[in-house]
Amino acid sequence: MLRATLKNLLFRKLRLLLSGLAVVLGVTFVSGSFVLTDTLGRSFDDLYALQYRTVDVQIRPAPPKSTTEDDDEIRTGVPADLVTRVRSMSGVAAATGVISVDGARVIGSNGKVVTTNGPSRLGSNWIGENDLVRLRAGRAPADGDEVVLNAALLDAAGVEVGDRVGILTMQPKRTFTVVGVMEYAGGRDSLGGNLEVSFHESVAARLMLGRDEVYSAVDVEPAAGFAPGAVRDDVRAALGSEFRVQTGAELQATARKDAQSDLQLFNGILLAFAAVSLLVGIFLILNTFSILVAQRTRELALLRALGGSRGQVIGSVVLEAIVIGVTAAAVGLGLGVGAGTLLAWLFSTRGGTGLELAGVGVPSAAPIAAFGVGVLVSMVAAVSPALRASRIPVIAALQEAATPDRSLAKITVAGTAVAALGATILAVGYSRDGQPWFAGAGAVAAFIGLLLLTPALARPAVSRIGRVFSFGAAGQLGRLNSARDPRRTAITATTLMVGIALITGMNTVLASINASVRDRVTDTMMADLIVAGDTSLADDPPTFDPAVLERIRSLPGVAAVAGTYQSQAQIEGNPASIAVVTDIPALAHMRSIKTTEGTLADLGTDRVAVDERTARERSLHAGSIVTVKLAYGDARHLTVAAVYTGGEGVAPWLMPKSVVKDLAVPQLSGVDLTVTGVVPFEDVRRDVETLLRDSPEITVTDRDGYIKRQTSQYDLVVTMSQILLALAVLIAVLGVINTLALSVLERTRELGLLRVIGLSRGQTMRMVTVEAVIISVFGAMLGTVSGTGLGAAAVRTLEASGITTVAVPWSRITLYLSLGAAAGVIAAVLPAARAARTNALDAISYE
Amino acid sequence: MESGAVDTTASRSRASVAIRAENVWKVYGSGEAEVTALRGVDLELARGEFTAIMGPSGSGKSTLMHCLAGLDVVTRGEIVLGRTTVTGLRDKGLTRLRRDHIGFIFQQFNLVPTLTAEENIRLPMTIAGRKPEPAWMAEVIATVGLRERLRHRPHQLSGGQQQRVACARALVPRPEVIFADEPTGNLDSRAGAEVLRLLRKSARELGQTIVMVTHDPVAAAYADRVVFLADGSIVTELREPSAEAVLDTMKLLDAVEG
Ligand SMILES: Nc1ncnc2c1ncn2[C@@H]1O[C@H](COP(=O)(O)OP(=O)(O)O)[C@@H](O)[C@H]1O
Ligand SMILES: [Mg+2]
Repeated sequence: MLRATLKNLLFRKLRLLLSGLAVVLGVTFVSGSFVLTDTLGRSFDDLYALQYRTVDVQIRPAPPKSTTEDDDEIRTGVPADLVTRVRSMSGVAAATGVISVDGARVIGSNGKVVTTNGPSRLGSNWIGENDLVRLRAGRAPADGDEVVLNAALLDAAGVEVGDRVGILTMQPKRTFTVVGVMEYAGGRDSLGGNLEVSFHESVAARLMLGRDEVYSAVDVEPAAGFAPGAVRDDVRAALGSEFRVQTGAELQATARKDAQSDLQLFNGILLAFAAVSLLVGIFLILNTFSILVAQRTRELALLRALGGSRGQVIGSVVLEAIVIGVTAAAVGLGLGVGAGTLLAWLFSTRGGTGLELAGVGVPSAAPIAAFGVGVLVSMVAAVSPALRASRIPVIAALQEAATPDRSLAKITVAGTAVAALGATILAVGYSRDGQPWFAGAGAVAAFIGLLLLTPALARPAVSRIGRVFSFGAAGQLGRLNSARDPRRTAITATTLMVGIALITGMNTVLASINASVRDRVTDTMMADLIVAGDTSLADDPPTFDPAVLERIRSLPGVAAVAGTYQSQAQIEGNPASIAVVTDIPALAHMRSIKTTEGTLADLGTDRVAVDERTARERSLHAGSIVTVKLAYGDARHLTVAAVYTGGEGVAPWLMPKSVVKDLAVPQLSGVDLTVTGVVPFEDVRRDVETLLRDSPEITVTDRDGYIKRQTSQYDLVVTMSQILLALAVLIAVLGVINTLALSVLERTRELGLLRVIGLSRGQTMRMVTVEAVIISVFGAMLGTVSGTGLGAAAVRTLEASGITTVAVPWSRITLYLSLGAAAGVIAAVLPAARAARTNALDAISYE
Repeated sequence: MESGAVDTTASRSRASVAIRAENVWKVYGSGEAEVTALRGVDLELARGEFTAIMGPSGSGKSTLMHCLAGLDVVTRGEIVLGRTTVTGLRDKGLTRLRRDHIGFIFQQFNLVPTLTAEENIRLPMTIAGRKPEPAWMAEVIATVGLRERLRHRPHQLSGGQQQRVACARALVPRPEVIFADEPTGNLDSRAGAEVLRLLRKSARELGQTIVMVTHDPVAAAYADRVVFLADGSIVTELREPSAEAVLDTMKLLDAVEG
């Protein structure tokens, strides 16, 4: 008897552990993300402090009026004569023109362009050693043919001092000799993972800014006795609004702010994962406590019979929940600090960022959130079982412990009501435009309604699903067991449902976007081959030599070509994407551009075309005059010659060829072409690729490749959904283990009986496994169905963005269902082994 | 007295022996906590006979039954069931033995709650992947008188009905032996009598070998033979006993013990 009690207690501990584990997981995410972002944040602070320590005052071109962030800055420069002018100002000891611009792409020894996961690939002018930069080896560049690489780049490119390297800049590929290696203060290989090529002063401007006699900034050193703030004000007053003058401290603060907001976004994503696992954790704990309360009915009734108050009963259950919550939070916090540290370390060493980590710290938000969330979640989960426990009648102490089937009527009615309400809100949300949040709220309500309906669905659904798996007596018994307690089955299945619904929803949206893009491209993209960089709509797309265009045109088998220069401009003071097209009629054919106003044939030298949406937004018509300021040159007044629609992937503004010379990058970013069909398609493609051998960032794709590239921006979402999937399945496995362990324990007698009348160990295990698989598949089915619904609801709110096709991700759904089944098998391992070990004699001893 | 009992069984024809126990010892625990539940039990049970094992509480009835049925391992001695030596079998062999050659009826928790009466009756066959002969199945169901209740689940049946379902379940596979441990212990006297009559009928009309453990003299009186156990040994036995004779023997045993 004592042994049985001990066993029971041990088993109960395991059970509490399992249910606490989901909370542990959630808290780990919460505290881990706080630790990670805090550590990274302080690391970035250190980095910027270092980076700007040599800068007292800096002059840069002013960004467009309408924007405050540097992101949309047009790549332009500070004229070189400004340096002399500033140098002569009173209070200025020295003024140095510096160039430091993203976009120096080194071709590594393997022939591939060296890439990073975010940090810049800077090209700079060598201005000598200073507090920040030092030569580690070799010497400074002596002429335009020589470069110095930072140590990180040297390593990444796999080259050595003395080697020749190809570098892509605003100019087509050029080859340089590496004459030196530079490092930064403290012997760092890199500043925050940035790769840097330092060119000789004589070529840096042309390579990195596209013209001579410009700098990206001017560093100003105040004379002795002059404060940076005062010098800044003087310089600012002297130069006017065309330039932005800031102190090093200000620049550092801006950089910090940008980094912090990036980290906030990152933190948000991690916290969303945490929310999912905590949500599921609530279900797990709820389930555990419901079962515990059911098992302890007699004990609790006895407590009441002996004079215990309802409050005491509730207290005893809630106390247990708090203990679980606190314990889980403590464990989760510990794991979170570990995980956060590990991730920060991975980020700095493996993430290709080379960020030097500041010491690991635990921000106070981490423990506060950990314990707050841990305790709150377990208490929320325990409330309903505790209330139920308090309602146990005293008489239950005297009756057989059998828990009567509680009616599902109430919960089913509530579920139906909530689902109906949700559906109504959803419908209303769709009917009035501009209210996607309304539709969203409806979808969430409908989902909650469905959650409440799961117990009612459990019995019929499970018995149908069971048919697939229930071969043999063991399978039959497992199937019956899975339908035994619909509430328990429902809650267990729900743990899987929530996660799978989220992922299926995400994938439905992605599949719909894919399908919509595919439909659109199939209808509107007539080019046979598209030559472009990997990110077709980026502000700074990779470019290539315009001379390639004519060579492509003269290839055998090429019917028509249209080249595009993609860039940024300020139009009426607002930043805008623009394109210059070499042959508008050809492009109009290949990308289905239709004119709705005016004519588009030729833009001459002073006419532009604008797409219909932009025209509507800005009330423009054929004949309107717009002021256009390009990266260089004076503002121009151009006449709108045409308004167009369609134009797959074409910028909203088409400019005349005359502006090419004033673009930041006067290089082609893309060529579309059609083939005659006389020469085999693959031969043409190979010929075009050969012509672009010197531009490794440019790829030649057919229409399928183009579609892939259009949707590749969602790859990150796909990765995230996979992480989410793993998390959801992991937690669901915990949930199923938990439920099965409880069921096996409850059915010791029955299991013993079955063993006595001849059920073998193998059959016993199969029986438990079938039960687990059925419950899991039920959960996965609920998840895929509701997830598809949620996804479809989300897609409908995206109609305005051109996502019009709702696609069901069938292959994913099949995958998730099989994963659900696999999760069931895995979850069943321990409980099944335990069931198989049931001593037959336990079944028949009554003492 | 002990040797007398052995003599009686030994004189019976070996050909019709359903189960034989030779010098069976069962010791629980070790050292201080050591309990010897069976001390050299020799026993032969004839095929087709309904035997009751009687004895005061703690005398080792249940232990003997568990050992005979291969549910518990003996410390010493040998048990042969039909042509199978039970002692020495491992889990797989024991499972098969129970599945194919033994039927069980317990005091309570006899039925799987998720299955109907009929499914419970078929369960051992289903587990073994066999089909009951329909005629035999019908005969058994008629004998236990449950034709109207086949679609009911255990919680919809009375205690007596549940025990009758358990009897039917034990009978349908035609096992070598049916073991029943206090099958009427949880029933009122009327329902108990019904079950006992059923067991006797199964032995007499269907030729089923039955071993029943009980401490109730009235129940024992339904058996063809009553073996008395005291302190782990067989002390005496009665044939075709009346309830009074069983009660008298029990009183005698109690007096000896007391
Ligand atoms: N699992 C066990 N562990 C230790 N002692 C046991 C165990 N099972 C039975 N016993 C002891 O063996 C003796 C016989 O028990 P049992 O066969 O159950 O007697 P009966 O069924 O005649 O009442 C008793 O003294 C009992 O305490
Ligand atoms: Mg007993």
